[in-house]
Amino acid sequence: MDSEDEVISVASSEEMMEDQDSDLSMGGDYSDVDLDVDDPDVGFETQDKDIKPKRRPYEVEFNIYGPADIQSHQDQQIDEVSAILGQPPEATAILLRHTRWNKERLIEIYMDKQDTLLEEAGLGKSLAKLPELKKVKGFVCEICCEDGPDLKTFSMKCGHRFCLDCYRQYLAQKIQEEGEAARIKCPGDGCNKIVDSKSLDLLVTEDLKDRYQVLLTRTYVDDKENLKWCPAPNCEYAVDCRVKQRDLNKTVPTVHCTCGHHFCFGCTLNDHQPAPCSLVKKWLKKCEDDSETANWISANTKECPKCHSTIEKNGGCNHMTCRKCKHEFCWMCMGVWSEHGTSWYNCNRFEEKSGSEARDAQAKSRQSLERYLHYYNRYANHEQSAKLDKDIYLKTEKKMTQLQSSSGMSWIEVQFLDAASQALQQCRQTLKWTYAFAYYLARNNLTEIFEDNQKDLELAVENLSEMFEKPTDQLSGLKVEMMDKTAYCTRRRIILLSDTAENLKNGGAHSLRLRPGSFD
Amino acid sequence: MALPKRIVKETERLMAEPVPGISAVPHEDNLRYFDVTVEGPSQSPYEGGIFKLELFLPDDYPMTPPKIRFLTKIYHPNIDKLGRICLDVLKSNWSPALQIRTILLSIQALLGAPNPDDPLANDVAQHWKENQNAAIQTAREWTQQYAKPQ
Ligand SMILES: [Zn+2]
Ligand SMILES: [Zn+2]
Ligand SMILES: [Zn+2]
Ligand SMILES: [Zn+2]
Ligand SMILES: [Zn+2]
Ligand SMILES: [Zn+2]
Repeated sequence: MDSEDEVISVASSEEMMEDQDSDLSMGGDYSDVDLDVDDPDVGFETQDKDIKPKRRPYEVEFNIYGPADIQSHQDQQIDEVSAILGQPPEATAILLRHTRWNKERLIEIYMDKQDTLLEEAGLGKSLAKLPELKKVKGFVCEICCEDGPDLKTFSMKCGHRFCLDCYRQYLAQKIQEEGEAARIKCPGDGCNKIVDSKSLDLLVTEDLKDRYQVLLTRTYVDDKENLKWCPAPNCEYAVDCRVKQRDLNKTVPTVHCTCGHHFCFGCTLNDHQPAPCSLVKKWLKKCEDDSETANWISANTKECPKCHSTIEKNGGCNHMTCRKCKHEFCWMCMGVWSEHGTSWYNCNRFEEKSGSEARDAQAKSRQSLERYLHYYNRYANHEQSAKLDKDIYLKTEKKMTQLQSSSGMSWIEVQFLDAASQALQQCRQTLKWTYAFAYYLARNNLTEIFEDNQKDLELAVENLSEMFEKPTDQLSGLKVEMMDKTAYCTRRRIILLSDTAENLKNGGAHSLRLRPGSFD
Repeated sequence: MALPKRIVKETERLMAEPVPGISAVPHEDNLRYFDVTVEGPSQSPYEGGIFKLELFLPDDYPMTPPKIRFLTKIYHPNIDKLGRICLDVLKSNWSPALQIRTILLSIQALLGAPNPDDPLANDVAQHWKENQNAAIQTAREWTQQYAKPQ
């Protein structure tokens, strides 16, 4: 598979093997990830796929590994440490798992108090002899009570001897039924000795060995802070990313799996840039708690603000035109559409009432609910609109296929629609989270810049979204315009994410400020 | 299906050399199902009581532990209302080298040394931690009320 080759060439084994604590000198601020924000190229996609584009401020470094890569990474580390400690690989593997793959710590403890370590890791002393099956005179298996001179038996160094059949059944139970691998103990009562891979190889059948390897790889990824499984269903890839848990307030590490899934390395939820993980968690909790209050607002039908006839939303676009009176308005704020896009109109910003109006407690609590609903409404709306955009795209795609056969347009020529649809999905995803983020932002100059970026992106998105509602026979004529609008949306998204990422990273006085209590 | 040698041997031994204070008798129609009684240990709030339990050996025994449940009502932080027991050797620390007799001994020992820090019955454990004397008193009363030999 060529994606795997690519992966190996991007990340040398040294990078992967670099220990987690060895980069303390970086102070966790990822100074090597910093980018020039004034890069004039910002906003333009690299055409040449072979040239790796410069990383943008909101992008993090990561690598994707398939099962074979993960296996070989493990093996490399085992071999390396095995040579240092002078222990056989199967015992080294147990030791590495015992210290959660922290090589330095393992070597340190090993030099310091070898006996205690071997005991605790379930190895015990003297590891030289190879495991073997034996026939023992007068032996009675404690588990099955069978005896006889031809009974094959096995024991690890702890001396707890059982017949091969029982050992086999025991391991099958652990591996198959209980999903254990790295920490299977000797079947003897109260014995903490861990079954090593050499012994296991001798005892179990091939299919169990495969299962055992899969489970071991799983614990390897689970044990390492810089590795996570892609959460997409049935995806076998793991992502390697060096962003630390403690830096998640300053960076939002979105990673892109080979399977096509975009997710946050910090919390493994779907991509939620630009909002940091902790706010996302808070926001989702809040939405869950307040779902009943908020439900009415995200309903699919509303009344025309002018003639009050019922209007149903069936596309993603928020620019509504009443069928009856032709009044044009904004679905989100119900304001006049013609005013959107002018510098003084703010559909995205929540205007806090000042002075006397918000003085008494009741008014305050009403305002706090209004404030929440303002953001929730927009958050939910973009989520909903993304779905509707997709629906309408799928319908359009069908029509395009018909058009293709009737007008002779080639498949390549209709790809601009696909690109536009994907850009819309991605931008709406970002917009959605800008509203959750904005809910927690305190008001200052940077918040206003953030909201301006948000407004620009939103407008760009609505303009593109609107084009999908055009009749199919006009679409081919709109190709150039649509491609321009697609590029513009993408550009606005990059600008918003870059600005916000810079602000988050800088912290301190010149950054976006959260409302009090947002990060607790 | 023929009974595995292991179960036959264990049953024979339980009959021939019974553990003091404990009895386990298999049902005639199901040799994997045992009627069990355990005497409350002396100097415990369960002293003087005889507790009935049911014990079942699943198909994959001894690779998996026996299933055991108290039938007699008992006030104990590691035993819940349904009589289920929280005991490490019945879960993660089970070893196929353990036997019915060792498990029953562990259960008897648990009656002598309740562990409210690893509770199964949360309300009882809470009571035990907040007011141990009162909890022990309740356990005594329950023993008198439910576990008296007929
Ligand atoms: Zn055996
Ligand atoms: Zn052992
Ligand atoms: Zn994936
Ligand atoms: Zn996250
Ligand atoms: Zn109208
Ligand atoms: Zn609006």
